[in-house]
Amino acid sequence: MATRVVGVLLVLMGVGSLVPRNVEAARRSGVGVRVSSISLSSLRHPNVETGHPHILAIQQNNTVSPSLVSRLSRVLSLRDYNTRVVLLGTTILGITAGIVGTFMLLRKRALVGDVVGHSALPGIAIAFLVMEGLSPGTGKWLPGLLLGAFAFGLAGAVTVMLIDKFSRIKADAAMAMTLSVFYGLGAALFTIVQRVPGGNAAGLKTYLNGKTASLVADDVWLFVGIATVVLVLAMLFMKELTILCFDEQFAAAEGWPVFWLDTLLIGLVVTVTIVGMQSVGLILVVATLIIPPASARFWTDDIRLMTLGAGLVGGMSSFFGTVISALFPRMAAGAVIVLTGASLFALSLLFGSKRGVLVHAWQQRKLRHDVGRVDLLRACFELVEHAVSDPIPTHEEMMDHEILLGDLVSMRAWDLSTLRRLVAVAEKDGLMQHTGDDNWRLTETGAEEARRIARNHRLWEMYLMQYAHIAPSHVDRDADLIEHVLDPELIAELEYQLDHPEEAVPVSSHATTGSSSG
Amino acid sequence: MIQEFFHLLSGWSSLDTAIAGSAALTAMSCALPGAWLVLRKHSMMGDALSHSALPGVVLAFLVAVGMRQAGWISSGQQDALLQMFLFAGAVLVGVGTAWLTEWVQRLGRLESGASLGVVFTAVFALGLLLIRLDVDDVHIDVDCVLFGIIEMAALDTIPGTSIPEPVLVNGAIFVLNLLLTVLFYKELTLAAFDPALATSLGIPARGIHYGLMAITAMTVVAAFTTVGSILVIGLLIIPSATALMFSERLMVVLGLSVGIAALSAVLGHALTLTLPRMIFSRLGYPTIEDAGTAGMMSVTAGMLFVIALVFAPKHGIVSKLIHRFRLGLKIAGDDLLGLLFRIEEQTAARPTDVSVPDLVAKQNGINRWVMSLSVRSLLRGDFITRQASGELSLTDRGRESAKSLVRAHRLWEAYMAKHFELPDDHLHETAHRVEHFIDDAIQDRLQSELKSPSKDPHGKSIPRRSDT
Repeated sequence: MATRVVGVLLVLMGVGSLVPRNVEAARRSGVGVRVSSISLSSLRHPNVETGHPHILAIQQNNTVSPSLVSRLSRVLSLRDYNTRVVLLGTTILGITAGIVGTFMLLRKRALVGDVVGHSALPGIAIAFLVMEGLSPGTGKWLPGLLLGAFAFGLAGAVTVMLIDKFSRIKADAAMAMTLSVFYGLGAALFTIVQRVPGGNAAGLKTYLNGKTASLVADDVWLFVGIATVVLVLAMLFMKELTILCFDEQFAAAEGWPVFWLDTLLIGLVVTVTIVGMQSVGLILVVATLIIPPASARFWTDDIRLMTLGAGLVGGMSSFFGTVISALFPRMAAGAVIVLTGASLFALSLLFGSKRGVLVHAWQQRKLRHDVGRVDLLRACFELVEHAVSDPIPTHEEMMDHEILLGDLVSMRAWDLSTLRRLVAVAEKDGLMQHTGDDNWRLTETGAEEARRIARNHRLWEMYLMQYAHIAPSHVDRDADLIEHVLDPELIAELEYQLDHPEEAVPVSSHATTGSSSG
Repeated sequence: MIQEFFHLLSGWSSLDTAIAGSAALTAMSCALPGAWLVLRKHSMMGDALSHSALPGVVLAFLVAVGMRQAGWISSGQQDALLQMFLFAGAVLVGVGTAWLTEWVQRLGRLESGASLGVVFTAVFALGLLLIRLDVDDVHIDVDCVLFGIIEMAALDTIPGTSIPEPVLVNGAIFVLNLLLTVLFYKELTLAAFDPALATSLGIPARGIHYGLMAITAMTVVAAFTTVGSILVIGLLIIPSATALMFSERLMVVLGLSVGIAALSAVLGHALTLTLPRMIFSRLGYPTIEDAGTAGMMSVTAGMLFVIALVFAPKHGIVSKLIHRFRLGLKIAGDDLLGLLFRIEEQTAARPTDVSVPDLVAKQNGINRWVMSLSVRSLLRGDFITRQASGELSLTDRGRESAKSLVRAHRLWEAYMAKHFELPDDHLHETAHRVEHFIDDAIQDRLQSELKSPSKDPHGKSIPRRSDT
């Protein structure tokens, strides 16, 4: 049972059907891959410490590990050539994925990357089989594998679009189906790959969970090249892609070649996904496409800044993720990169300056504060209005009149404690002053503000009655909702429409005592 | 080829039966919750749940091992408790993932796909770390892990019987899912199609949602012992999507899903035993005898879906194409009859330089090939005859049919002119398009609505039906 569970765990990791019979053998062969790749790079860069491919391998091989500080300084000072290579590679992949992911997020197709990532698996296996078949021993030539992965990733994305378009199956089901069928085909092919005589397939499974540890200079230069092309294309077509993301119909109506733009975008996404797989693996690669733009979204409403931010978050999560995984043994780089990104996302969600939770909460609080003030002052105005003999109280009467909280509380559906809080806030704002126990008086500004608010409210009521034909008994509630957002321009427009230019406050069109509006 | 297939299948053993049986029960248990996911358009939630099960399983495993090491339970009890812990862990993490996704979506005002993508990848990454950090150390005994875990799981029989353990576990889950579906059929249906109505009727739509998530997470965990985490998504979604190609009736869709799931599993295992060998022996790799059953199950399910997509009776691509072709044929024939009728009506000289079918084809943009097929079928149906001179003319039967068409056309024009205030030159096009679909009943209603007009807006007489 216990052994079965361990097997099960590995299956869950997505490697179940790909796990070789003997893990030790796999380790050895994995190391073999690294050593052979190292010997290549060390030929070209003789200063590389021989025997230590790079920092990640050092952590795995050394039983006596140096102190954390010395390891940290070693990684951050980029002393090892291979550390530089790995960091450069993952960071570039992170930046590129973040930037391309922005468009997918805005196009509401964030999960397509997931389909592309999973669909690439059979492509890798088939490319391996083909290359191995053509000339044994060349099966793991990276550009060839990438090409196979690209073809199948693209096929996956296209399949989703075709099913969505030509059948009654919705896009979500189409995505789930496509990714599992392609992945299933990949899993079946991988069992076959491992039975090909002489075919050393051990290195292939690193595509599942990332092969950061075995990146070599040649790989990284390939990524740099591909990333440059992707970035240049994304920048060149920034305007077109933006229109496509925000208003496809508009783009089509304006004569933009929507189909080709869509194809371009899918091509970019597939490319980034396939290449990005090298750092985090094909199961998690979707995270590098979604997390950076989703985090950047909390900081800005400008798509250019969002794209930059997404690149920044993507680069940062890849950089720090790689550093952390290099510092501690047994930390899979892919998982750490994703979790670093997720932490940046959580921070952005909380503290983002545009749509962050805290900013939003603060705005809500401010709005409540404003609404409370408006409600309070209008209640004061109506209270004074009832107390004085004139139809409309003058400015002096407003200031002179003593307002009792006991009277005020019956004006609206609020309780005494709410009212006390509102009054305290108004005092701090210089709108009311305390004159006795529960006695208050409006200040100069308070009285002016109260008149203005009551006037706005009544202008809107008059407008509703005159133009929207709403019964006088019903207008108070509607005006109560709108009065907080009436700006001076709109008031001027109302004055003009209602032919009510003088400064005076109109008489209320309905009874105001204890108005129940809330 | 087919002979080879059956020859290879003849090696089917009792182990294969056990594997296929386990696989079928697993697929069937997945199909039921999966159908609801598809109907609720939450298919990718299945993806998320199967990925996020990882940390749940690792936690369950850690807790079980920790309890044994602390001396609270014996190792026999550990094995017994582990299955329960696995379910509990998966449900906990599954519901947690669903809740977190909703929370991030609401709080961050994100699109649902994006919040799903952020949450499940983070949870899966956490699971990956957990596995590397601890479980690896506890049990590195992975020598027994074979390629497709289902082949080995089927060997794990219940003590004293020859029934494989997955049959028991997945069978129990299947029965549970079946029971829940029957018990909560009404609630699930309402919550899937109209959550607002469900809520107003007092059915907790959110509760149903989270209940479904919990059940799905449990099913996924029971299933991954046989098929692995990512292929579970296929078992959840593909059978129901295939069933949806065949029917709109919910009961039928649910039943079909279960049937298709079982078929994919059994067929998948059969193909595992045959297909790879048949293909790769021809490519010069005689050593390849089979592939992982789990992967092939998913591929088989996908192939069944493609077959349904192409050949399903009503919604399939072929049937849609046939339907469209028939309609085109009917419209071409109608247009021809209409033109012949108008020529008779005008008693004007018929066009001499071009044949009538060619004229109809040209005017209406109809493919000439379709037109000639249509002429042939009209001739066969005795609607038109060919004169000795080669010209076509209406038979009595054809005239009746044409009269009804022209009548529909002109009644519709009159109706449009009366109620839509369209200029006269805009009437013909719409009437031309609609005339094929206005049957006698609608014609009568139009006639009484318009108080039996005799002329259309262009001044042409509206033919009376002969039996009135």
